[in-house]
Amino acid sequence: MSNRTLPAWIDIGLIPLINICLAFIVSAGIIMLIGESPVEAVQVMLFGAFGYGEGIGYTLYYATNFIFTGLAVAVAFHAGLFNIGGEGQAYLGGLGVGLVCLMLDSWLPWWALLPFAIVAGGLFGAAWAYIPAYLQAYRGSHIVITTIMFNFIASALMVYLLVNVLIEPGSMSPQTRSIAEGATLPYMYQVFAAFGIEIEQSPLNVSLILALLACVLVWLLIWHTRWGYAIRMIGFNEKAAVYSGINTRRTIVISMCISGALAAMVGINEVMGAQQRVLLEFVAGAGFTGIAVSLMGRNHPLGIIAASVLFGALYQGGAELSFEISTITRDLVVVIQGLVILFCGALAYMLKPTLEKLFLRYTLSKATRQDSLKEEAQS
Amino acid sequence: MKFQLLALSAAVAISASATAADLKPAVVFDMGGKFDKSFNEGVYNGVERFRKETGIKYKEFEVTNPAQREQAVRKMAQRKADPVISVGFAQASAVEKASKAYPDTRFTIIDMVVDQPNVQSVVFKEQEGSFLVGMLAAMKSESKVVSFVGGMDIPLIRRFNCGYVQGAKYAVSNAEVISNMTGTTPSAWNDPGKGGELAKSQFDRGSDVVFAAAGATGAGVYQAAKDAGKFAIGVDSNQNHLHPGTMLTSMTKQVDIAAYNSFKAAQDGSWKPGINVLGLAEGGVDWALDEHNKDLITPEMKAAVEQAKADIIAGKIVVHDYMADNTCPAMN
Repeated sequence: MSNRTLPAWIDIGLIPLINICLAFIVSAGIIMLIGESPVEAVQVMLFGAFGYGEGIGYTLYYATNFIFTGLAVAVAFHAGLFNIGGEGQAYLGGLGVGLVCLMLDSWLPWWALLPFAIVAGGLFGAAWAYIPAYLQAYRGSHIVITTIMFNFIASALMVYLLVNVLIEPGSMSPQTRSIAEGATLPYMYQVFAAFGIEIEQSPLNVSLILALLACVLVWLLIWHTRWGYAIRMIGFNEKAAVYSGINTRRTIVISMCISGALAAMVGINEVMGAQQRVLLEFVAGAGFTGIAVSLMGRNHPLGIIAASVLFGALYQGGAELSFEISTITRDLVVVIQGLVILFCGALAYMLKPTLEKLFLRYTLSKATRQDSLKEEAQS
Repeated sequence: MKFQLLALSAAVAISASATAADLKPAVVFDMGGKFDKSFNEGVYNGVERFRKETGIKYKEFEVTNPAQREQAVRKMAQRKADPVISVGFAQASAVEKASKAYPDTRFTIIDMVVDQPNVQSVVFKEQEGSFLVGMLAAMKSESKVVSFVGGMDIPLIRRFNCGYVQGAKYAVSNAEVISNMTGTTPSAWNDPGKGGELAKSQFDRGSDVVFAAAGATGAGVYQAAKDAGKFAIGVDSNQNHLHPGTMLTSMTKQVDIAAYNSFKAAQDGSWKPGINVLGLAEGGVDWALDEHNKDLITPEMKAAVEQAKADIIAGKIVVHDYMADNTCPAMN
């Protein structure tokens, strides 16, 4: 933490902004290469993501998923663990949510069902993270490898369950039956309609509120509890943590379980909200995007919210882009998303030394100027 | 008379250009993408043919996640696209919702049934085509062991597998069929390396004819068969030309024709909602015989397969459909 030479606004405000701009400049070059106008592309993308009700709805709907997975990655990251398994944990979490909803949906309305779904999804996600966590803490198997592997196991398990066990009888596609109408989370347009405000339809539902709540809880956990202190201490220096009497193994397992449970909340948004059933591949990469979101948001809930909205906008704006301009295929949209991840994640600190130098020179020259002014005044 | 003809042709020309200007067809491809060398690409080929023949451009979208299906189908309808082709069973619920919200738009869904007054559903009897190539495989095999490489392990691919097993056992009652699925995630559609490995291990276990129903993964299977001097069977489109001498035949599934017909019918006003089941009888599925594989198919094989085809069409042979009850008695 020797980076105190730069004020916070440059570190967490200006640098990410410059990085995004760089990513867009390179993207603009690529769009020009294929013969389209980058200005038009940016317009389409921004309008698609923020320009009208449905677009905003989709942006925030994607952002909801990314907040959950971003928080999941962040919690593990604070303990020095790189949880690549958000995808699988979210997938299994969705299974837990789906099972509870399918079991109880004829008895309970959504608001009574939600706590059960959160607990069940959280338990499933936590259980899926527990095994790699245990292997890391007690057997020394590297968490990056095991969590990646568990993504594949989760995928295989879900295919087995959906194809053989949970499939709606007589259905062509491997998915469960729909959750009964009153038991699914209300869409935001329905919530707003209840207050007499009409907004356009989108899959955005009340789990966005849950996501924001989760941000507050994670903030409290990491910075205002004894557990959070232990987690951060392991992340800074595991040996020092051991020396100061922290049970690192247990803390590693706990932080991974919390991480898994957070990732599992994607299941609330997708299974109980947007899709209203368990289906194949409903996580759709949100677990991996969460890594980029967390890196970009500097593992802080506020940063994660901002990064999630950015990535939500990229997803939704990107879809809009390939819809409106037929020469820009979805693969090019992935390229643009990849560039943003590259510049904001991998190259996040590329410009830092330069900016530091510039800033130091500026402050120094200001200081010397002030000194000379003072001297002049004295003489 | 001449004048009448002229007037008639002028009228036809006018009405044709009017419909050409009015028709705004659209396609929503599924997650495999329009260049998946298989199902989506079949639809792409069909609509491209329509575009080239008529000059009518179509709007298209490739979905990248489940939430985009409904968004894209709806958006097509919002933009007054008509008819809208939805590719793949996974888009069923999206089409169902969109068709209710836009009752004036015509939708065509391929590989799935959606029961709405403005939806045309096109489904195929893959088990029937697979049955025929299964027969050919078993008859060609010297070891009487044949094999199957599926793409992603989903009911649709098990339907292929089940039809293939039934066909092999129908032709040679003691034939053995080895079945493997490439994977459980969509990447299984595009993993030629693993496809090749699976095929090789099947050859090691005695198989000498392999049928791949695995999208782009099939390329690896065919290559492995060529390298090992065995036979392979293509899928979806006629792939006989890929490795002449190795490709025994292909199980064709005419998604391109289904897509083309939907646009064409909308253009000339004969588009009808309802269910189109395309089996052997309708020419929706078939086995491919052309100059690339005619030397591999003996007259006896051809006669037996054509006889079975006629029997299936006549209802004398009933090929069990895996997806009817999610079981395959022939494989137990």
